[in-house]
Amino acid sequence: MRAMFRDLGEALREFVETLGAMTRFLGRLLWETPAALMRFGLVWYQLHRIGAHSLLIIGISAVFVGMVLALQGYHILNQFGATESLGVMVAMTLVRELGPVLTAVLFAGRAGTSLASEIGLMRATDQLSGMEMMAVDPVKRVIMPRFLAGVIAVPLLAAIFSALGIFGGYVVGVGLLGVDAGPFWSQMNAAVDVRTDVMSGVWKSIAFGITASLVAVYEGYNAPPTAEGVSRATTRAIVITAVAVLAINLLITAIIVGEG
Amino acid sequence: MTRPAGQEPHIELEGLRFQRDGRPIFEDVSLSIPRGKVTAIMGPSGTGKTTLLRLVTGQLLPERGSIRVDGQEVTGIGREALYRLRKRIGFLFQHGALLTDLDVYENVAFPLREHTQLPDCLIHHLVMTKLQSVGLRGAARLMPSQLSGGMARRVGLARAVVMDPELVLYDEPFAGLDPISMGVIVRLIREINEALGLTSVIVSHDIEEVSQVADWAWIIADGRIIAGGTPEELRGEESPWVRQFMHRLSDGPVPFHFPARDYPEDLREVPR
Amino acid sequence: MRHNKAMDFGTGLFVLLGILAIFFLVTQTTGMRTLGTEDSFEVSARFDDIGGLRVRAPVTMAGVRLGRVSDIRFDDDRLDAVVTLRISARHDNLPADSIASIRTSGLLGEQFVALDPGGDPDALTEGDQIIHTQSAIVLERIIGQFLTMQGD
Ligand SMILES: Nc1ncnc2c1ncn2[C@@H]1O[C@H](COP(=O)(O)OP(=O)(O)OP(=O)(O)O)[C@@H](O)[C@H]1O
Ligand SMILES: [Mg+2]
Repeated sequence: MRAMFRDLGEALREFVETLGAMTRFLGRLLWETPAALMRFGLVWYQLHRIGAHSLLIIGISAVFVGMVLALQGYHILNQFGATESLGVMVAMTLVRELGPVLTAVLFAGRAGTSLASEIGLMRATDQLSGMEMMAVDPVKRVIMPRFLAGVIAVPLLAAIFSALGIFGGYVVGVGLLGVDAGPFWSQMNAAVDVRTDVMSGVWKSIAFGITASLVAVYEGYNAPPTAEGVSRATTRAIVITAVAVLAINLLITAIIVGEG
Repeated sequence: MTRPAGQEPHIELEGLRFQRDGRPIFEDVSLSIPRGKVTAIMGPSGTGKTTLLRLVTGQLLPERGSIRVDGQEVTGIGREALYRLRKRIGFLFQHGALLTDLDVYENVAFPLREHTQLPDCLIHHLVMTKLQSVGLRGAARLMPSQLSGGMARRVGLARAVVMDPELVLYDEPFAGLDPISMGVIVRLIREINEALGLTSVIVSHDIEEVSQVADWAWIIADGRIIAGGTPEELRGEESPWVRQFMHRLSDGPVPFHFPARDYPEDLREVPR
Repeated sequence: MRHNKAMDFGTGLFVLLGILAIFFLVTQTTGMRTLGTEDSFEVSARFDDIGGLRVRAPVTMAGVRLGRVSDIRFDDDRLDAVVTLRISARHDNLPADSIASIRTSGLLGEQFVALDPGGDPDALTEGDQIIHTQSAIVLERIIGQFLTMQGD
């Protein structure tokens, strides 16, 4: 029993410690951002590796999610005779919540893990200290382009997710279940707001992009230089991102809903 | 212990003390490395030769003592100053430390691209001449994973000298090389040194090669400098430490074993 | 390796798709085109009871949306609700004596402001106040009135 509390305390201490270290690391990365943007070629290359290559998984998942939203939504709305509100429901759910959140989690799985293991492996094979010996700062040369590419990629991916999700919902709702296409769009247009819905989704995805990228590069950069160390960093990259994104999502949603 | 006579030192260590996990690696090391010469640092495996190079380049911090490179104190200087210093130093890693997502060509070009604004044609010229001199011009487009250990070492060598540094530190340049490339590398180090007048530090156990190439050699064992001199002097040295090392004797004062407790005792007690 | 045409194309396509998606979300899923970036004017209306009316609720005439509720405020002196309606500038000929009433749409019970045209040749413009209003019909009150009538 006492051991359990000790473990809990230990875990809590470690959590606060990691949070502090990550925040400090984020400060450093933000400080380096202007200089890193000057070498946009490096960011562009990473954007290709982690952004463009995530497109397929994001796109396919989005269509499936949109379809299942339409199926479930149709059955619920049908009970109230309000199936013409299907478009609103699908769009709202995707734009405000599922688009940003699922994109961030999928991104962590597709790109975050590979970033963490790549950087961890570079550390383990002396490549980072090799760079330091050549008077090249690995934070500038390795970390920054990857971080920035992630920060840019996630909001774009989230928007693509929401758009394709609505398309999936349209296919099932209008094409399969016979909801009228007119109200599907017009009710959506009447209910979805640019500022509070679409933009809040965009803000969320920017926050998630920073979170997912930060966690991935931090875990990789600080991974113990061993096989186990790198594999743990990879796992942590996705687990921490998923939990952090869900928590931050709750926070942002509470603030936005509280305001409206 | 004599200093290399009549030479202005490029690197000077004084009263250096360093320990790892509470185990002292260096107790009290003082040595100087003359400018424009080839100096060898020899010693049995695990005595801290690599550690010494890392201390000289500021990758590790000593517990006590001073390290001066080019008259500048290395310990405790800021990152900026350290990077400025490192731009003038070429470093060959014991295991190459090539960047695995760049090919051989880009690995050698890496310091040039990072630190200079040279046009592509000039970079191409520099990279190709360095690769030619290590015999790997034909391997320019291979990825590091496609190289053997010795090839990787040679690429690392080309990369270490591509910026025309004033000081080159070679960590085990001969290990794992076949006799032919070994001869080529020995000649190369000599040539680079004479043509450019730079200071070379070679960490090695290969007494033969060191004798061919080095003007001066230090032998480290047991956390101390046990001898220093020209290779010929060291061969004639009477001290049992030096004799053991220079003449490859397994018995003598230089410990072959990592510090451990009594052997029979260790055998008897099965760890649980 | 860093100057690869196919790679540039793929990345460019990705960025383009992302921007297109944001554009799609902003213009196609929202009522953006009818309000927001467009020119508009604001008029106010006072109600004794706004029921469940919310900011951003539609403002309609003849069932067609003309604008949105942009603000709802309580007047401490007159103890009623002041509702600000933001109406698209295209509709610059709504009679000044139009009647505003709060109605309920659909089964989900969303409330909106309906304008019924009056006969005044003058038109509503920025800052005007709509005089004739009809408050929200609150179900409990109707039932209550019905019961008291029964009691008579
Ligand atoms: N990262 C580390 N953490 C703890 N101890 C280390 C570390 N790296 C090296 N050591 C210890 O420091 C000592 C010196 O290591 P070093 O690599 O300098 O030896 P070396 O002389 O270069 O050996 P070799 O000739 O085999 O390359 C060794 O005993 C080793 O156990
Ligand atoms: Mg070594």
